[in-house]
Amino acid sequence: MRACIVGAGSIGSLFAAHLATVTDVLVLTRRDEHARALNEKGLRVSGRHDFTARVTAASDARDLPDFELGIVATKATGVEAAAEALGGGRFPGATIITVQNGLGAEEIVRAHGDWPLVSGVTFMSGTKHSDTHVEYILDTPTWLGPYGETPFARVQEIAQLLVDGGLKAEALPDLLPAQWSKLIFNATVNGVAALTGLPHDEHFAKESELGDLGHLVHGLVDEGKRVAAAAGVELHDDPWEMNVLATKRGSAHYPSMLEDVEARRPTEVELINGALVREAERHGVEAPLQTAVYRLVKAREASYS
Amino acid sequence: VKVCVVGCGAVGSLFAANLAQLDDIEVWAYDLAQEHVDAINRDGLRLSGAGDVVGRLRATSDAAQLPPCDFGIVATKAMHTSGAIAATAPAFSDGCVATVQNGLGNEEAIAEHVGRVIRGTTFPAGKIVAPGHVQWDVKGDTTLGPFEPKPAPPAEIERLADACTRAGMPTAAVADARGPQWRKVIFNASTNPIGALTGLTHGRVCEDPALRALVSGLVEEGKAVATAQGIELDADPEELIDHAARPDVAYDHKASMLQDAEARRATEIDYLNGGLVRFGDEHGVPTPLNRAIWALVKGLERSW
Repeated sequence: MRACIVGAGSIGSLFAAHLATVTDVLVLTRRDEHARALNEKGLRVSGRHDFTARVTAASDARDLPDFELGIVATKATGVEAAAEALGGGRFPGATIITVQNGLGAEEIVRAHGDWPLVSGVTFMSGTKHSDTHVEYILDTPTWLGPYGETPFARVQEIAQLLVDGGLKAEALPDLLPAQWSKLIFNATVNGVAALTGLPHDEHFAKESELGDLGHLVHGLVDEGKRVAAAAGVELHDDPWEMNVLATKRGSAHYPSMLEDVEARRPTEVELINGALVREAERHGVEAPLQTAVYRLVKAREASYS
Repeated sequence: VKVCVVGCGAVGSLFAANLAQLDDIEVWAYDLAQEHVDAINRDGLRLSGAGDVVGRLRATSDAAQLPPCDFGIVATKAMHTSGAIAATAPAFSDGCVATVQNGLGNEEAIAEHVGRVIRGTTFPAGKIVAPGHVQWDVKGDTTLGPFEPKPAPPAEIERLADACTRAGMPTAAVADARGPQWRKVIFNASTNPIGALTGLTHGRVCEDPALRALVSGLVEEGKAVATAQGIELDADPEELIDHAARPDVAYDHKASMLQDAEARRATEIDYLNGGLVRFGDEHGVPTPLNRAIWALVKGLERSW
């Protein structure tokens, strides 16, 4: 099963390198020099694993041969461009996976082709040290579930391929509970980190003093849980517990939304916080704190210009 | 009459330099910035901009140098109130002490050390441009009234208000000074932190309807806390916020808290939104949005 990874940030690079140990891997990059570097040097993984994989990279989808498995691993803000690059009736035999934060990536991809789609949520993390070197930091799993009519057996087959490649992965018949757990977690943690400038550290779980950040984080999570309940989704994990656990890991993670606002880049706020706020409206649930965080991050983006 | 300005920053300097113009007032200034103190003692305290004044006064960074004073005017940033009044309180054992600071809780902090306290709110603004030199940006009114649990006598409040007014700082002595104070607190708590968290000027905050709605949510909570205490605001903060957003007023103004955030200085958030939350809790009024904003700005400070 030849795979094509679209977007070679840290998550895309981790998928590409690991899958390349068990199958042919194509990488579609945004920048031409990134593709050339990957073709020349391969893709090095350090950290939890240590190896260098051979991949075939291109910056133009028209240069890619057919493949059977596509993983869209761009940021949420890059899904539209990625789906457009794969679209136009090309790659008819592919199953496409989305692994973006938030909600709605599947619909964006669907608008560009009728491929079988697989929803993904990944908890693994890495740090990209260069175009050809990614450090594998957290080896937490990737969960996959069928989107629409995609047969579950196909999802299981893909999860097995990821496991064979050395990653942790699991196929779930219904991904929504995991997707929503991560949605609430990301809307809360990424939003608060972007606004405060704090990495995801112990402040996020601290609730001893009246003005402590943990109260706000807890309030945001509780709102998210009410929205999930109204949407009929039973959460896979409690986002508050995910938060507390993550702050105890020792090294504080810099959520991508924080990195984005510091670099004055567009953030994933629409597909994360925006998606949650829109779900709240759709189901008639009050979410004043999530709404406030959403508006503030949007305003922060507006301040770039 | 001896008056000591405690905290001779921009606002304190406006009071100190103007009061020093009066023959019947002897002005002292207490401030920890030694360069500023030395410049004032050497060259006088100079104001320029909205008014051009040089005040001759005695400045010191050593509270033990202060003579017994009839009045204190505390003008430090709110987080320095306790320390400043603890150091200077002996000079006011027979005097009255007024606060002209931002936020909530300053009167309470002063009353821990001083018996007769004056609640105050002031609108003039400026900034220190060099040691001994303050740019006076905006003229404005000051309101003084008793701090109810430990009030200064009305005649003394009148006396201080009269001196300020004669000095060119129009000041009213009133029976209940909470209205102007809460109006200013609600205005600041609902707009300053939004500027600090987003990086937007006052005008841009107000022209984004979604963000303006968040500001209104904060104002509503503040009004509810004021109402629960029987405080009647002397003006509607919503109207003042919209007025300030006009291009000819303060559209391009960066809130002081945004300036603090950009300079990575401690902000007055504990005394604005934090104060509203504490007073709300005392009176059983929920303040979830102010609580959220308070926590976010505290988090921002902790990230530095």
